Amino acid sequence: MDFDLSEEQRLLKDSVDRLMADRYDFESRQRYAKEPEGWSRALWSAYAELGLLALPFDEAHGGFGGGPVETMTIMEAFGRSLALEPYLATVILGGGLLHHGGSEEQKSTYLPQVASGDLRLAFAHTERQSRYDLFDVGTTAQPDGGSFILNGKKNVVLHGDSADKILVTARVAGSRRDRDGIGLFLVDANAPGVSRRGYPTQDGQRAAEVTLESVRVDAGNVIGNPEGALPVVEKVADIAIAALAAEAIGAMDEMLKLTVDYLKTRKQFNATIGSFQVLQHRSSEMFIAVEQGRSMAMFAAMMAQEQNPEERRKAISAAKVQIGRSGRFVGQQAVQLHGGVGMTMEYKVGHLFKRVTMIDTLFGDADHHLSKLAETGGLIAA
Amino acid sequence: MDLRFTDEELAFRDEVREFFRTALPDSIRRKMIEGHHPSKDDLVTWSRILNAKGWAVPHWPVEWGGTGWSPVKQYIFRDELQQAPAPEPLAFGVSMVGPVIYTFGNEDQKRRFLPRIANLDDWWCQGFSEPGAGSDLASLKTTAKREGDHYIVNGQKTWTTLAQHADWIFCLVRTDSAVKKQEGISFLLIDMKTPGITVRPIQTIDGGHEVNEVFLDDVRVPVENLVGQENKGWDYAKFLLGNERVGIARIGISKARLKRVRELASLERIGDVPLIDIPRFREKLAAVEVELKALEMTQLRVVAAESRREKGKPDPASSILKIKGSEIQQATTELLMEVVGPFAMPYQPEEEGRNEPTDGPDWASTAAPTYFNWRKISIYGGSNEIQKNIIAKAILGF
Repeated sequence: MDFDLSEEQRLLKDSVDRLMADRYDFESRQRYAKEPEGWSRALWSAYAELGLLALPFDEAHGGFGGGPVETMTIMEAFGRSLALEPYLATVILGGGLLHHGGSEEQKSTYLPQVASGDLRLAFAHTERQSRYDLFDVGTTAQPDGGSFILNGKKNVVLHGDSADKILVTARVAGSRRDRDGIGLFLVDANAPGVSRRGYPTQDGQRAAEVTLESVRVDAGNVIGNPEGALPVVEKVADIAIAALAAEAIGAMDEMLKLTVDYLKTRKQFNATIGSFQVLQHRSSEMFIAVEQGRSMAMFAAMMAQEQNPEERRKAISAAKVQIGRSGRFVGQQAVQLHGGVGMTMEYKVGHLFKRVTMIDTLFGDADHHLSKLAETGGLIAA
Repeated sequence: MDLRFTDEELAFRDEVREFFRTALPDSIRRKMIEGHHPSKDDLVTWSRILNAKGWAVPHWPVEWGGTGWSPVKQYIFRDELQQAPAPEPLAFGVSMVGPVIYTFGNEDQKRRFLPRIANLDDWWCQGFSEPGAGSDLASLKTTAKREGDHYIVNGQKTWTTLAQHADWIFCLVRTDSAVKKQEGISFLLIDMKTPGITVRPIQTIDGGHEVNEVFLDDVRVPVENLVGQENKGWDYAKFLLGNERVGIARIGISKARLKRVRELASLERIGDVPLIDIPRFREKLAAVEVELKALEMTQLRVVAAESRREKGKPDPASSILKIKGSEIQQATTELLMEVVGPFAMPYQPEEEGRNEPTDGPDWASTAAPTYFNWRKISIYGGSNEIQKNIIAKAILGF
């Protein structure tokens, strides 16, 4: 049992924190959001230089062999600064699917390009009807010789508009809600038949609606077993949840800090409002919610590498429940305690609130995961 | 960072688990599972079994019977003990006055009291709260006036848990009323057989008798029973209360309770459907389990940081353990109330009528008393509101 970062992890944390402190204050962030792709190319290059884009991959593929703890460290810093770059889409989701599901050839072709910052990926999975069920896939992949022909529509594809390649789930066999029969395909974002409609998301990031009309994917771009991709998708979704949990903690911690600072400076009734006990207690409750969330973000990081998928899923669900609940409480109270200022676009706290709110909707909200956890027997056996 | 237990820690867990499985008398285990209070004899029996094994006071210095275990092993031991479920050794002795004596007491006091605390030869109770000194403990009014080689103690203590069994009471008393209220308090050890002490029971809403009022009228206490220095008692009290909060999350107890809830909820049926399969119920249960898992990780973070912290300086984060730990314990009692449903109603006092069968399943009879009794958890040991003050001041810097 050891909660300390290793020497290497500490160096990583220091360098990421320094980069974000130097180049990602809130004003810069708002400026980056106005760049053509909705994020900063310059920062993307800086992440590549620091090795952040290579972090989770094997050394053979240009990576550093980092695990969930390293990812947690980075994501927490990104959460604090409200980073806009497609790190989750490219490195955690796209890169993760290739890393955990791809062939040796696919990995050695694409992962070094991800690591160098030259290739951006996205994961097209959610559909109009699927909500949070990862197995609910209606997009079809029709075998055609050695190739597959994809047809369907994917929604809320994170950073799908700026991706070079998109990992698409499609059904090769079975009916829409079968666990078996789902394939994973690497599709060129500009391939014939792919159309993308990019748009801003509530939290200032970007996403796209992706339509696939008779898109041909050759055999070399099928990732893993064409009828058995679900376990890899579930695993990478769990790793992504652990990463998002850390990002949410960074954002929550920042909201708490901003709120406490504000309460110590804002004066009403001839006193700093932080001298009022009702506001002190609310801040203490926010602190508890952040720390309980942090504990579960750590638990998620530990369990994301658990070999038994059922244990992994339960633990990740539990973490997502806690993060969702803590995030909602801390976010709402941060805005409330700031008063009118918290409601304005020009102040950071509202943006942090929006980000944690949107994180709850990614890969299953608190209610979804609570009901899944309850259905599978909870955390404590009778 | 590696949040898993090491192989050595896992082997240790198995060892203590096996010990609790074989050494805890079945009759006591039964009472604990069913939510009855262990009797004085039960606690004495169990404490002596632990002491014979050398495990009665693991957290004490090795020379006074401690085990020298790491903080993580201490945590594992306590967690397994609570999950057994076994009674916890009497906290007033082993967790409260014991550490004060070995930290601030003189050699005579250590030799005289510590071995008897470890073996539960002496039953200790706590004389802190007074009718006018609850959350504002430092405003206490019980006085001790020096007369030759004695203090003459006068005043009233209250909420004195299990004073009806006690051989000794440790008291905060005022030895100087001319100074700031925190600076005139001393820490005295008082023999309950001394003339002038009267114990009067207070019945709590569950019908039980745990707490008492203790009246002290011209009680003569030898000066050698003063711990540390006169007028420094507030420092010792803060030390004691900080220690109290560390174990207060009682995560193992909540685990055992949730296990019990799950067991009973799979036996109870609504029509043909076991209660545990009703989504609304099982989601409520899962939600408490999530909170408990988060608290367990928080507890482990506090434990892991303990070895680096200055001795005797409690982590202010332990206030989280008190607040969430009490909320979760209370939530488990609400869940059990839901499981027993209409059979929460019959009232069967613990002392009388034990041979008369209860109306309904016999495991239902403790659900409501425990629910009512456990409302105390968010009140004692510094109420949850006081804990929020501590977080606001010590951590957030208000």
